[in-house]
Amino acid sequence: MHAEEKMTNETWPASPEKATLEAKNKFLGFWFFLGGETVLFASLFATYLALKDKVPTADHALSKDLFEMPLVFLMTMLLLTSSLTSVYAMHHMKNFEFKKMQLWLGITVLLGLAFLGFEIYEFNHYVHEYHHSFTSSAFGSAFYTLVGFHGGHVAFGLLWIIVLMIRNSKRGLSLYNAPKFYLASLYWHFIDVVWVFIFTVVYLMGMVG
Amino acid sequence: MSTYAQKKGVGAVLWDYLTTVDHKKIAILYLIAGGFFFVLGGLEAMVIRIQLAIPDNNFVSAGFYNEVLTMHGTTMIFLAAMPILLGFMNAVMPLQIGARDVAFPFLNALGFWLFLFGGLFLNLSWFLGGAPDAGWTSYASLSLASEGHGIDFYALGLQISGFGTLIGGINFLVTIINMRAPGMTYMRMPLFTWTTFVASALILFAFPPLTVGIFFLTFDRLFGANFFDPTMGGNTVIWEHLFWIFGHPEVYILILPAFGIFSEIISTFSRKRLFGYSSMVFATVLIGFLGFMVWAHHMFTTGLGPIANSIFAVATMAIAVPTGIKIFNWLFTMWGGSIRFTTPMLYAVSFVPSFLLGGVTGVMLAVAAADYQYHDTYFVVAHFHYVIVGGVVLAILAATHFYWPKMFGTMLNEFLGKITFWLFLIGFHLTFFIQHFLGLMGMPRRIFTFLPNQGLEVGNVVSTVGAFFMAIAVIILLINIVITSVKNVKVGNDPWGDGRSLEWAIASPPPFYNFKQLPLVRGLDPYWIEKMEGKKEMTPAEPLGDIHMPNNSFIPFMISLGLFIAAFGAMYRLDYSWGLPVLILGLLVTLLSMFTRSIKDDHGFHIHKEDLIDEDKGRKA
Amino acid sequence: MANQQSTSENPRVDLDYRRKKNAEDMRYQVITFSLMIFLTLIAFAAVGFGDLSNWFVVPFILLLAVVQVIFQLYYFMHMSHKGHEAPQLFLYSGVLVGFITVLAFMTIIWW
Repeated sequence: MHAEEKMTNETWPASPEKATLEAKNKFLGFWFFLGGETVLFASLFATYLALKDKVPTADHALSKDLFEMPLVFLMTMLLLTSSLTSVYAMHHMKNFEFKKMQLWLGITVLLGLAFLGFEIYEFNHYVHEYHHSFTSSAFGSAFYTLVGFHGGHVAFGLLWIIVLMIRNSKRGLSLYNAPKFYLASLYWHFIDVVWVFIFTVVYLMGMVG
Repeated sequence: MSTYAQKKGVGAVLWDYLTTVDHKKIAILYLIAGGFFFVLGGLEAMVIRIQLAIPDNNFVSAGFYNEVLTMHGTTMIFLAAMPILLGFMNAVMPLQIGARDVAFPFLNALGFWLFLFGGLFLNLSWFLGGAPDAGWTSYASLSLASEGHGIDFYALGLQISGFGTLIGGINFLVTIINMRAPGMTYMRMPLFTWTTFVASALILFAFPPLTVGIFFLTFDRLFGANFFDPTMGGNTVIWEHLFWIFGHPEVYILILPAFGIFSEIISTFSRKRLFGYSSMVFATVLIGFLGFMVWAHHMFTTGLGPIANSIFAVATMAIAVPTGIKIFNWLFTMWGGSIRFTTPMLYAVSFVPSFLLGGVTGVMLAVAAADYQYHDTYFVVAHFHYVIVGGVVLAILAATHFYWPKMFGTMLNEFLGKITFWLFLIGFHLTFFIQHFLGLMGMPRRIFTFLPNQGLEVGNVVSTVGAFFMAIAVIILLINIVITSVKNVKVGNDPWGDGRSLEWAIASPPPFYNFKQLPLVRGLDPYWIEKMEGKKEMTPAEPLGDIHMPNNSFIPFMISLGLFIAAFGAMYRLDYSWGLPVLILGLLVTLLSMFTRSIKDDHGFHIHKEDLIDEDKGRKA
Repeated sequence: MANQQSTSENPRVDLDYRRKKNAEDMRYQVITFSLMIFLTLIAFAAVGFGDLSNWFVVPFILLLAVVQVIFQLYYFMHMSHKGHEAPQLFLYSGVLVGFITVLAFMTIIWW
């Protein structure tokens, strides 16, 4: 069976994301990449913790002045829900239900876009209300780099999922594109994993001081 | 294959190499590019040694000396040693595990082009206002104060080439896990494959901290961030930590493949199975693991406090244990063997004591209290040159002779090879042994000149003489390569006659699909096992069938080119109005190339069974 | 390349079983999701409403985050399924290196 072959419900394998050698390689390579990303984000977290609230003068805003719970809570719910919707998409992928998969991926994208919108609003808010910017202090640099790297990952993940959805919209699922969808969804979950630590370490721990 | 390969014009060959995804051709590209940077770094070393030959010398100015010194270290580590080793991994590892290619041929090419463009970018600094001048470690307080764009070339160039290395690491990991031939269990893998595996894992975890550190440096210098600026709340020690969390595993990324190469050579030319194979594997993994626990021994004098210093000192000394296991295993492999002193074997035999010297001074440096005396002196310079040159460079030279026939189908001249070896070995010890004593006498490292009548003259002149020996050795090696290529006397599958692992079971150079039929592996040293039973080739594990191969692609080149362009934009953004548009343009080129790759289906092609049979007949006729 | 075979050799029998299996997986995932939301709510509540000491709150919410991430990894990212041995090894190695990095930055950077 070759990757480009037209599949039916009956011939669709149980683990389409690992059905060919190429898919197995991608699957493993992507997990290893996530292992490396773990270290990347750990370095960013470590730097943030070392530079948290390190500002040049006393009139700079600190983490307990900046963060507001309602916005963070809303963003967290959006991203957590998008993780569930992408799980739904993969559920339908495994059942060879292309249309339903596309639908749930679409919802995931919308949730991700909303998250990104709130993040842009949030950054804008800090810069204009608190003069807390990328260049104003070491704390600012560390904060925007950590949260911004995560935001960049969200943006890249969205682009990736959208490209996959459009590219395959007319031709349905195959063993060639199923691994691609699966990896994009793994990436999306990983973004969520990082966010769990961001809302805990940056925002919640920032609020308690 | 060979018949129409000869008819190709220069343009076609060039296009073939620009688009290739074949691991053997990528290996050659790595070797050429890495070799070029090795010569460049060597020339920089010669400038250093000429400047330090006599006291109060003014061969180069102090500022230029700083640039040469920085570029020597950076080039040798990032652009010479690592790429050349990646080249050998590419050339040999897939053959050793009986694979037809690596797991991600496209990414393999991308890794190479990212490395090359990063390296070119870094070296263009010589022509565009001056090279980086803050040492290869580029400590933040110094690198933030450095004027001009030198440090920006360092940061952006290493960032681009670092992505390439990371991609290469992931590629090798997946290749080794997923692409082994039938019967090739983990504990039957040749030691070079094992060390490639562990070194790749180290790349995977060590490069992200460097990426982060370089991002911080770039943001601080070019985008107004304050990570390392104490007046804004920043902290320069963060750079030191990030750099060494990367930097220490990096030296193991270099030395482990060197250990692998020597393990292969020693067992081949002792004509014995490697002594203590499983303990060798265990020691390799343990060194890789401990490599992440010791980075702060580079920072003993930073003032981390006695507890941290003690912990890191003990962890560092612990590494001597697995390394000692390896040393003894090599000795026991040779013991009782029927040794042939070929050029690669000469390197291997001399490596053991040379590297041991570097290891012993390493344990001396690990004593935190004593390190306050050694720190930033020539003692440290002598130590790390003993491990890097006495370990890695000897391994690279040995592998060049050992694997040359497998990669190019011709044998390097043994006589010239032995001259190269003796000149290099003598030169190496002349240059660096005396530097231990220069350091103990108080000569600081990175100093551009020294005063007369302080007892430093003799040591420095000896050191410079030694450097010339090494330079002549490398020139003879180059001559040897030219002569061998011109003569072009082709050799067979197993030119050394004592090959043990799978790569020696197939033609030199191998056909582009490597194995017509995947071989059946029946134990450690599979080719040796077959030879001992009187067979000439491996038993196939599958019937002759169609072979699936990946398509060539120009996209890796374009992705790397985009980042290369973007780096110029980022660097000149504050100086010129065209900076920002160029930055965006470069990133667009990269993103659009990735987009093209994503939407264009690439299923590769099949070599048909009939063609394989025809080719076989053609060869025999 | 060589082994591009399908894993479902007897598709008819497979189909029913597969649907059932996938539906069961999905049920676990919905439960996981509810738990994750619940843990998030507790974490936010502990910070927002509780008059608790920081010495309790900080370790507590960190623990909740770790538990939540384990759910995410093992159910949403299917790390509980077989064939994930190598991913586990490398992910945990990454976590270890990352943990040491964070630990070092919190203990020996004090200037």
